[in-house]
Amino acid sequence: MDLKELSIEKVRALLESGEATAVEICKSYLESIERQNMDIKAFLTTNQSAIEQAARIDQMKQTGQPLPALAAVPLAIKDNISVRGLRCTCASRILENYSALYHATVIERLEAAGAIFLGKTNLDEFAMGSSTENSAFSPTRNPHALEYVPGGSSGGSAAAVASGMAMAALGSDTGGSIRQPASFCGVVGLKPTYGRVSRYGLVAFGSSLDQIGPFATNAKDVARILGVIAGKDAHDSTSVAVDVPDYLAGIDTPIKGTKVGLPREYFKAGIAADVNERIQAGLRLLGELGCDLVEIDLPHTEYAIACYYVIAMAEASSNLARFDGVRYGLRVHGDGNLTGMYRETRDAGFGNEVKRRIILGTFVLSSGYYDAYYLRAQKVRTLIKQDFDKAFSKVDVILSPTSPTPPFRIGEKSNDPLAMYLSDIFTITANLAGIPGLSIPCGKTPKGLPIGLQLLGSHFDEPRLLRVAHAFESAGGFSP
Amino acid sequence: MKIGPKEVEYVAKLAQLAITEEEKRLFIGQLNSILEYVEQLNLLDTENVEPTAHVVSSLEPSQSLRRDEPRSTFTQDESLANGPATGAGYFKVPKVIADR
Repeated sequence: MDLKELSIEKVRALLESGEATAVEICKSYLESIERQNMDIKAFLTTNQSAIEQAARIDQMKQTGQPLPALAAVPLAIKDNISVRGLRCTCASRILENYSALYHATVIERLEAAGAIFLGKTNLDEFAMGSSTENSAFSPTRNPHALEYVPGGSSGGSAAAVASGMAMAALGSDTGGSIRQPASFCGVVGLKPTYGRVSRYGLVAFGSSLDQIGPFATNAKDVARILGVIAGKDAHDSTSVAVDVPDYLAGIDTPIKGTKVGLPREYFKAGIAADVNERIQAGLRLLGELGCDLVEIDLPHTEYAIACYYVIAMAEASSNLARFDGVRYGLRVHGDGNLTGMYRETRDAGFGNEVKRRIILGTFVLSSGYYDAYYLRAQKVRTLIKQDFDKAFSKVDVILSPTSPTPPFRIGEKSNDPLAMYLSDIFTITANLAGIPGLSIPCGKTPKGLPIGLQLLGSHFDEPRLLRVAHAFESAGGFSP
Repeated sequence: MKIGPKEVEYVAKLAQLAITEEEKRLFIGQLNSILEYVEQLNLLDTENVEPTAHVVSSLEPSQSLRRDEPRSTFTQDESLANGPATGAGYFKVPKVIADR
């Protein structure tokens, strides 16, 4: 079984024809993890009961029950999403021994759909970072070239799918944390519309920005998983009651006549030559498929990174206040009084990037600074959102590189946080505007490092993004 | 410079973070360069712009909240299971009230 060639459709065919059992499929993936994880370090925890989950699927088949939509589909889950009974560390010392008491809503829904959870994947601590180097345990390595980063923060999930250690995966995206690693690892990654997918059971980072989404090797698998995890959830008041369409229906429709917007501000400067070359080739292919390429303006783009980091850090400092050594996680006693215990626990439990963001977030929310920073950033956020509203009155999708650079070497940017933040320019705007964004592969650099192309859509227009991605993929655009 | 040693100490105290002298030195430089970058937001006129909280929904909070009805969630044992120090059905913390 060539695991990199498998898809949800093929797994179903194997199961239905009896060519393979769910247990056999699950075992192949666990062996793949056994073989590769010591080098790639995508998984922090493997799930000992994955085989039992698979056995239940085989039993359903034997007793003639209809197989659910994702029967025997082996998934990797980012380690900031709760799976009952498994550790949920957020790649932080402060949660090293924390075990989740309940399933996140997405996990509940995937389990009911027959999916199998292979284990929990590495990330930048509390999803803060763009390289997975900020993990308290170990950096994850890019399966295409081990001395390179896989991107982040969902680097473990992207690397697991790219290396055939999982068929698909879940990540979370606060400022590009699904799309950028998808781009660096050569897989498909979707950040859905804000509120499309329940965040219940996701450890909160930036609550007005966070969204859970899938990784897979192809557009149809992403569509299938999204169809299962999307929808209103009583446990998450930010989830939105908008009907969930069948994301597969119409995915084969030709994309002739689709208006593709190219933001002038995104293509101005700063895109690496290798990236630009692949993006231009991608544009030519979309042209051949009958798309109309239209230049558009997103005039507030230059303010997006500043706006994003103020909001993300403020919300993070507030969300991370809950880690105090009382109810769960690490406790360091300090000088014996309560405040000393809080302070020593948080000092020992959080890494540098997390502390930096907590301090900056606390500063911008502190008395006398709130209006100047947080409130102003929320107003600029409105202007950025209005840019997109205007753009989508003229075009159907917006196209850009996912990242201005190809994957970089481990250690290359880790001493300069601002440089790391600036590379998020193409992805953070979707989180600020709440719109869906999809990263798809569009070839490789001469060194063999993957490049990703990003498609942005208007709110709840995931079906169109998936349709364009599928057409691009079918025309050979993923590996030209 | 927006942030000096005193500001970092003050904010770290608000955030209940103990930080070392070395971290303080490192953070002062990094935080100032980030704040300096963020200053550009002041170039925009935001006088008549409404702030965005939820990007998609314009519902009032009361319309998207569930009814406040009692439901069973976790047992006491489950709730205490991840506690670093527990006893007699409680989380234990260091003494909060000083001896006389």
